[in-house]
Amino acid sequence: MALLQISEPGMSTAPHQHRLAVGIDLGTTNSLVASVQSGLARVLDDERGRALLPSVVRYLADGGVSVGYEAQARQSEDPQNTIVSVKRFMGRGLKDLDKSSIPYRLLDEPGMVKLKTVQGVKSPVEVSAEILRLLRGRAEHALGGELVGAVITVPAYFDDAQRQATKDAARLAGLNVLRLLNEPTAAAIAYGLDHGVEGIYAVYDLGGGTFDISILRLSKGVFEVLATNGDSALGGDDFDQRVFCWVLEEAKLPPLNPRDTRLLLSKAREAKEYLTDHPEAHITAVLSSGDIVDLRLGLDDFNRLTQGLLNKTLAPTRKALRDAGLEAEEVQGVVMVGGATRMPCIRHAVAEFFGQTPLTNLDPDKVVALGAAMQADVLAGNKQTGDDWLLLDVIPLSLGLEVMGGLTEKIVPRNSTIPVARAQEFTTFKDGQTAMGFHVVQGERELVADCRSLARFELRGIPPMVAGAARIRVTFQVDADGLLSVSAREQASGVEAAVAVKPSYGLSDAEIANMLSDAHAHATDDLKARALNEQRVEAQSLLAALQAALALDGEQLLAAEERGAIETGMEALRRLSEGSDHLAIRAQVEALNRLTTPFAQRRMDRNVRRALAGQKVDSLGI
Amino acid sequence: MTPDFSADHFALFGLAAAFRMDGTALDRAWRELQAQVHPDRYAHAGEAEKRLSMQWATRVNEAYQTLKEPLRRADYLLQKRGIHALGERQTALPADFLMQQMEWREALHEAQQVRDAHAIEQLRRALKREAAGLTDLLARQLDEERAWDAAADTVRKLRFVQKLAEDVNLALAGLEEDD
Repeated sequence: MALLQISEPGMSTAPHQHRLAVGIDLGTTNSLVASVQSGLARVLDDERGRALLPSVVRYLADGGVSVGYEAQARQSEDPQNTIVSVKRFMGRGLKDLDKSSIPYRLLDEPGMVKLKTVQGVKSPVEVSAEILRLLRGRAEHALGGELVGAVITVPAYFDDAQRQATKDAARLAGLNVLRLLNEPTAAAIAYGLDHGVEGIYAVYDLGGGTFDISILRLSKGVFEVLATNGDSALGGDDFDQRVFCWVLEEAKLPPLNPRDTRLLLSKAREAKEYLTDHPEAHITAVLSSGDIVDLRLGLDDFNRLTQGLLNKTLAPTRKALRDAGLEAEEVQGVVMVGGATRMPCIRHAVAEFFGQTPLTNLDPDKVVALGAAMQADVLAGNKQTGDDWLLLDVIPLSLGLEVMGGLTEKIVPRNSTIPVARAQEFTTFKDGQTAMGFHVVQGERELVADCRSLARFELRGIPPMVAGAARIRVTFQVDADGLLSVSAREQASGVEAAVAVKPSYGLSDAEIANMLSDAHAHATDDLKARALNEQRVEAQSLLAALQAALALDGEQLLAAEERGAIETGMEALRRLSEGSDHLAIRAQVEALNRLTTPFAQRRMDRNVRRALAGQKVDSLGI
Repeated sequence: MTPDFSADHFALFGLAAAFRMDGTALDRAWRELQAQVHPDRYAHAGEAEKRLSMQWATRVNEAYQTLKEPLRRADYLLQKRGIHALGERQTALPADFLMQQMEWREALHEAQQVRDAHAIEQLRRALKREAAGLTDLLARQLDEERAWDAAADTVRKLRFVQKLAEDVNLALAGLEEDD
């Protein structure tokens, strides 16, 4: 007799059904989407067989939007409406940016800069969503169905504002974000799994606009990030910028208009890329004034111009090693990621620093997307126990609060493994004080002014007491995406007042809904049909998860009447999902989630016990 | 044994509640537990399980961080006995220890002034030795002598030394950045 198959708890809920999930590398210069099919991760090409999608969005006067190669080709003609390297603006204010070569009309908005285009004011989140929407369409077309979710990669050194902005962009593009994954960690997964390596590895990731260095310990089935560091405003673009400035100087050019700026930046990039395989490059261009630029750039000149940038990557590398408590010699291999690591000067410097030839036997443009796809496959529940792996990542920058004197009190130190929560108690400064203001910051510096401001919030309704008597407990929670939430509670009086903040730069759910309805007003998509579909998917997913859990543990962990109640609830949800009332489905999903919480708790306890038992068996075996 | 969300950190990892500890066993128990409770395992599960998983994973990380670092482990063992070694009402440390601290601080300051990386490196090593000595002392005081008050003093000393070591590392990083 054939045996019935039962999946592991928390693992694949429906082994026979492959859930469509993708990994997206949302890059400064190029973006990619990849997926695991038949056990193999591969990048999904466009209809012309191209893997890369230039991260360029052009807003047209007629209301259309063009994304990718076409937009890139027109950037010199229409520089103000053609947004290049939008990732640099994510979660950033005007004061964070170097405006010298930005041809856009920037608006300084609280939290995040915005861009004035022919289609009105656009936030970097909306621009990024255009790129993600196109990739989502490409994936759904290639995979032939709707996506369960996506893993979106972010630079490891992205702070909370930048992460939140990325997640908002994905939601705006209609993607269910399974996880935000750090780019070097994604690369380590792709590399580690392909080559079956173990030990300490460094991932040196120099992208178009960001630099990350991560130190990981790879052991069987576990990817543990020991430390990460970097610079979220340093990348291949800066090398172009150095060449661009050199051209201005050599050709003695006056300040340029946006169009010529764009043109010369493109020429600078071409020259940089040419120098990867050649000893010299020629830069020729005809400016709108009719002036002609004709210069020769030797590899030596280029190396001299960019030496400073190279050093800017080595300082974070030293810090990451120190945080990990390791010396360069202890690193077993260095994985190179990002198109900018093709530059010979980078490879030489990294080789010299680590005393070994870096690993370049994978495509530095694709490895992040491939790793993200592998992780998406696991998160979607397509892997069986034993075939999967565990990822233990960290937060890149310390989180803290402003205290007296404009100083930072660190609450969660950098390189803490996530998810992590830390609490600290504060008290009142004056007699009868009934409110307290909190300023949440991120960064390593002592002065608040030198850190990134994430949010301000107030706790009100503190019962009047003498100064120093109130006990306000502030809790920082960082989830598995590296996103922060903060709450505060007054405890001494027994009166509870609690607030949860979403950092100020993030979009509210209402704003997202508005943007979604705006976007759909142009298309024929029916919002309601969409909501219904989303709720149905949610209901199916919950039912499948519960089905699997009941099959495995229902007998053991539930009393007959408990099981009966759950099954009744599931039946009700099944019936409702056949109907068209998305609010009713939502309500039943929530009710069922509440109803099954004790069951989930028992299963979790049992899993924990199992882990302990397994570990004891191991230690007996030694 | 039933794992309890509010259980003792040592019990959570199935380890004896002592200062001396097999770090490898702790690492292994941590990974085993995370393999069961980590949010990545529940990314496709229902909300109830997702929430629990996040709480458990957070709890497991907190326990791991506490036990991994000798200073926090010692402080935790003392707290279990109702002694808050690092609380606000801590008693003063011996004068000779404080004198030594001041000398080290001065040495660091001077070395920074003249950008003497070698001297800072030597200071780093000296502090590392000092921390190792205090850690050994803690092991005796906590596991054998059960001298809680003396151990609390040692915990405070170790914190002083570690804080200084952090500043030394920052100073080294500062010199590198200016290069």
